[in-house]
Amino acid sequence: MGNQTGMMERISESTRSLTTGVDTKDVEHWVMIYIMGRGYRVPADLTIMTAMEFAGYRLIRSCGCRQGFCGACATIFRREGEYKLESALACQTRVEDGMSLVQIPFSPADAASYDIASEAYAYSVFSKHYPEVARCVSCNTCTKACPQDLEVMDYVQSAIKGDFGGLTEQSFDCIQCGLCAIRCPAEIVQYNVAQLGRRMYGRYGSPEPAHLKARIAEIEEGKFDEALDRLAGASTEELEKLYAASERESDG
Amino acid sequence: MTSENTNSPRAVGEASRSKKTRLPYYPGCTLKTTAKNLEDSALATAEALGIELVELPRWNCCGVVTSLTDDDLMHHVAPIRNLIRVQEMNAAGLADGETRLVTLCSMCFNTLKRSNARVRERPEDLTSLNDFMYLEEDYDGSVEVVHFLEILADLGAEEIGRRVKTPLTGLGVAPYYGCTLLRPKEIGIDDPERPTIQNDILQALGAELIDNPYKTVCCGSYQTVQDKHAVAELAHGILTHARAAGADVLTTFCPLCAFNLDNRQREIVERHPDFETIPVLYATQLMALAFGLGPESCRFDLNFVDPRPMLSSKGIMKEEAWATRQA
Ligand code: SF4
Ligand code: SF4
Ligand code: FES
Repeated sequence: MGNQTGMMERISESTRSLTTGVDTKDVEHWVMIYIMGRGYRVPADLTIMTAMEFAGYRLIRSCGCRQGFCGACATIFRREGEYKLESALACQTRVEDGMSLVQIPFSPADAASYDIASEAYAYSVFSKHYPEVARCVSCNTCTKACPQDLEVMDYVQSAIKGDFGGLTEQSFDCIQCGLCAIRCPAEIVQYNVAQLGRRMYGRYGSPEPAHLKARIAEIEEGKFDEALDRLAGASTEELEKLYAASERESDG
Repeated sequence: MTSENTNSPRAVGEASRSKKTRLPYYPGCTLKTTAKNLEDSALATAEALGIELVELPRWNCCGVVTSLTDDDLMHHVAPIRNLIRVQEMNAAGLADGETRLVTLCSMCFNTLKRSNARVRERPEDLTSLNDFMYLEEDYDGSVEVVHFLEILADLGAEEIGRRVKTPLTGLGVAPYYGCTLLRPKEIGIDDPERPTIQNDILQALGAELIDNPYKTVCCGSYQTVQDKHAVAELAHGILTHARAAGADVLTTFCPLCAFNLDNRQREIVERHPDFETIPVLYATQLMALAFGLGPESCRFDLNFVDPRPMLSSKGIMKEEAWATRQA
């Protein structure tokens, strides 16, 4: 790979609040948004997250990766003149004129505790830990709520059918934002159900990749011990240099 | 009958000799989990008869138990959504324009067909449901929910008899119906008091038909969750009457009836120590056996009361050939 110097700078740049240092004189388009009922005039090309910061909020919760990966920034909003409450990720969604919004930093949802090594690889694992899955009425409300555009209803249905492979495929991009569970009339915690299913599939269903097996053997033989020790002893500066110069290995 | 009329059930038999008939098929959750012996045996049987049951590429729970309240449409969302999937399947060219949707579980059959009947009778309900499911295409009311037994009956005993390699000679079979295939009578597939639709099929397999009035007595249904002993008592009545009439086994098409009649024999034995267990089979398992389709299709290993000793004692199957699947 070519020129990667400055990568650390670019990473920290991209996760910094984008509104820092904006000169309002330069902003041509403005919109009104309503954060928890109070109106703010903000530049039209901001995301919900940066618009909130522009408006003066300092986000301690409801903000993590700023890249659409962590699921911390669940937001409920309504467009002006619409009756519908919609949901989105604040870091991935642009503000619109007249938008009313609030963030849901955390869903205090039930997460079962289990030991996958002692669970049966069958539908019964869902009825045991999340018996409410059987209550799904196929209303599809969860799918409409999902900011990742997943077919949430279908993955819940895969759980009911004991189709672990299908569930894994359908729920793989879930970032556990919690929005589906908040809207479900059947009180199902979809994302935790899916996590249980993916764990079971990982352990019992998916084929063991040959390259992983070989790598584990190498690790156990101590092939990487020395390199690891070197990294553990390196200074922050050295680490940054190494990171920027690193090459991504193929997934093969 | 003309050969191009392949949409009629009666044409299935003719088509089977030349080209396979493809029919959209709705399995339901139970057939994918605890009633694999119904699904596997039915799919294999259908194939042997020249019918390919093509599973809907996308489906959800049937809704289980129809809502009868006037203002509860929410519980019709699941069944009607499944009917939309048949339209989608046709739009994708996967179902040859076939509007019949074949079911195997009689509970799924009952739920889907009753919701279908409701929205056909009450267009305003269909409009509300279509409006609610605004992300889906509208359901147009065109799907016919049928049960596999109807396909078999239309095919006819003669056609079924032609496939028999191992006749079930000397095996007394009591067909059991329960409620969901027959009631309410507007959606039932046979006379709710005196059903006979399994008779010709069982006789075509060479079995001795043991008809008895307990065939329509309720198995206890979901009461099995609340009070297993009450259900065991109901099952006890049904099973002992079949036995007294000369049955060696009973047949059903319902995973819930099967659970109550088969698995609840554990509780029956506790209360009635002199009770002699009796195998309860899906009719399609007997068909697969008679067609010589092999143990993978019959899945007798999933029945609670193992039917294999009975079937071998009748000389219908060789014990060694069927003894284990574990090997
Ligand atoms: S499935 Fe649920 S928790 Fe996962 S991303 Fe979608 S809405 Fe969020
Ligand atoms: S919102 Fe709940 S009830 Fe509705 S489809 Fe999703 S999981 Fe099922
Ligand atoms: S902050 Fe991580 S997904 Fe938005």
